[in-house]
Amino acid sequence: MDNYIISTKNLTKKYGSKTVVDNLNLSIPKGQIYGLLGPNGAGKSTVILMLLGLAEPSSGDISVLGYKPTKDPLRIKSFTGYLPERVGFYEDMTAAQNLEYTALLNSIPEKEIPSKIDECLSIVGLQKEKNIVVKQFSKGMKQRLGIADVLIKNPQLVIFDELTEGLDLEVANQILETIFNLNKDKKITFIISSHQLNLVQKICHKVGIMSKGKLIGEGNMAELSKNMFGGNKYLIEVEIIGDVNNVIEKIKSLKGIKTVTSTENAIHIGTDEDLRQDVSKIVTNMDGIILTKMDIKDFSLEDVYLNYFKEV
Amino acid sequence: MKSVLTIYRKELADYFSSKKFLILLGLVYLTGLTSIYVSIQNIRAAAQSSTDAFVFLKLYTTAGDVLPSFLYFLSFFIPIIGIVFGFDAINTERNSKNLSRLLSQPIYRDSIINGKFLAGITTMSIIIGSIIMIIAGIGLRIIGVPPSSEEILRILIFIFICICYGTFWMALSMLFSVIMDKTATSILTAIAIWIFFFFFVQIIANAIANAMAPVTDNATLATQIKNFNIDLGIKRISPAYLFTESITILLIPSGSQLFLRAVTTADISKMLLNPLSLGQSLIQVWPQTVAIIALAIICFAISYIVFIKQEIRST
Repeated sequence: MDNYIISTKNLTKKYGSKTVVDNLNLSIPKGQIYGLLGPNGAGKSTVILMLLGLAEPSSGDISVLGYKPTKDPLRIKSFTGYLPERVGFYEDMTAAQNLEYTALLNSIPEKEIPSKIDECLSIVGLQKEKNIVVKQFSKGMKQRLGIADVLIKNPQLVIFDELTEGLDLEVANQILETIFNLNKDKKITFIISSHQLNLVQKICHKVGIMSKGKLIGEGNMAELSKNMFGGNKYLIEVEIIGDVNNVIEKIKSLKGIKTVTSTENAIHIGTDEDLRQDVSKIVTNMDGIILTKMDIKDFSLEDVYLNYFKEV
Repeated sequence: MKSVLTIYRKELADYFSSKKFLILLGLVYLTGLTSIYVSIQNIRAAAQSSTDAFVFLKLYTTAGDVLPSFLYFLSFFIPIIGIVFGFDAINTERNSKNLSRLLSQPIYRDSIINGKFLAGITTMSIIIGSIIMIIAGIGLRIIGVPPSSEEILRILIFIFICICYGTFWMALSMLFSVIMDKTATSILTAIAIWIFFFFFVQIIANAIANAMAPVTDNATLATQIKNFNIDLGIKRISPAYLFTESITILLIPSGSQLFLRAVTTADISKMLLNPLSLGQSLIQVWPQTVAIIALAIICFAISYIVFIKQEIRST
């Protein structure tokens, strides 16, 4: 239990008759970057709000850093940084003034505040913008300032809700790199709720997939793809004109082929190696078969995610 | 407590540097200086026709031929000041997405509303207190008559009642800022209620009283008294009327000067030969003052409870 920074047991949240979070059992180990994924309305943000004590569970237990959010919300919030989906700052105040206000609310001694602000701004690369009013900041700069804002309290746990939403790829990557480095250097545990699966995949040690308030899948990429695709690394997609069944029999005889499935004129081959050459040889040597398309892709979190929802 | 103080200081700094503070301050000062000009023009005549000794208080109560007295202006402006400092207290935080960030800090939720409320009262007290003091200062210099200790006490109690009245309007508009998402809706609702209490209650009271006990040329004394009591009873549901009534009693102890139209208490005090002592005045204004304070507390308590119980939603 001590290894887990967050654990929930049968956590349920209802708004009237609507169940938003349904018997959620979640355990997040210390020092991880955990991705909480799911479509809109899956209940991710509600889970986050309950973890912080900002929403009350209808039933079930939560433990964050060993405390219960319903009983000790202040203790949890002392060690937990939270950056909501659309971060807001006092627009007429400078970046430094906004951070100073957060620092004061966190009871950081006034003498330490200036150096703390400098340190946090330098981590997110906003030192030069320290004395610029926030209304002049771009969305990406505000997100970076948001990260500085959560770091000011020396958190053990940081929760980001849709962190990279609406940011261009370059800025999103910079932010994720910052998070990755913070996790590595300061051993901060991160929970990232996001729709941008390709980005989350880059840095998350583990992901949990939520749908309709339930955790429908959890694990690292290898575990998830194993569950979904039998652990294959690649998927070769072949489209042909001709009898699919004859081709499948031939392909199955190839060494290294793990799975073969087919639709009307397409064959999906699961494998750990790039066997495109072998497959194309077989297909092109067969009479009456015309190869129209061949593609290969390695499984991404998006494939796992989409497959989960196809099954659900 | 520390977090309340932090929020209080930040809000206070925000208010003092805000345009709305400067505009209100300018407006109130302009009105105050206009009304002191009016009262200085008319104070000599007013003092000569008066039998009481409270000449200094006439600085606040003397009206001109065209312009009303400072008290009338104040009864008009205090609700506006209160509304302006409360209507966007919470919904602006919510709309700017600052609320969830604030609430994720290790502070109790009530620190936010308490800090904002206290900062609003402080700012309002500074505006109201300063203009009343400025008028006293200018008046002292021009008329050359120092206020008696009783007059000073009456002025201090007057400031207190003004602040309580402003606090009521601020608490009411803050309540709307808690329950309404849009700032435009909350300010319009607060202004609608102010207009209703300030203008319509008097018209409605008059209409109902005349319907229930018509005062015709042949009306008996009993009918006139009935009409008066119905009219007064209905008017007293309005905090604006309670405020006007209390400051009238407090600042016109003799009731020899009428400066506000349709102030029934002043009509009654017209009949008094001797001015009320401070103690008597306080006994007279006590119910009105308590009612204003109670209304302010009720409005703030509702805002507080609603805000505390309001669930933060993810969207």
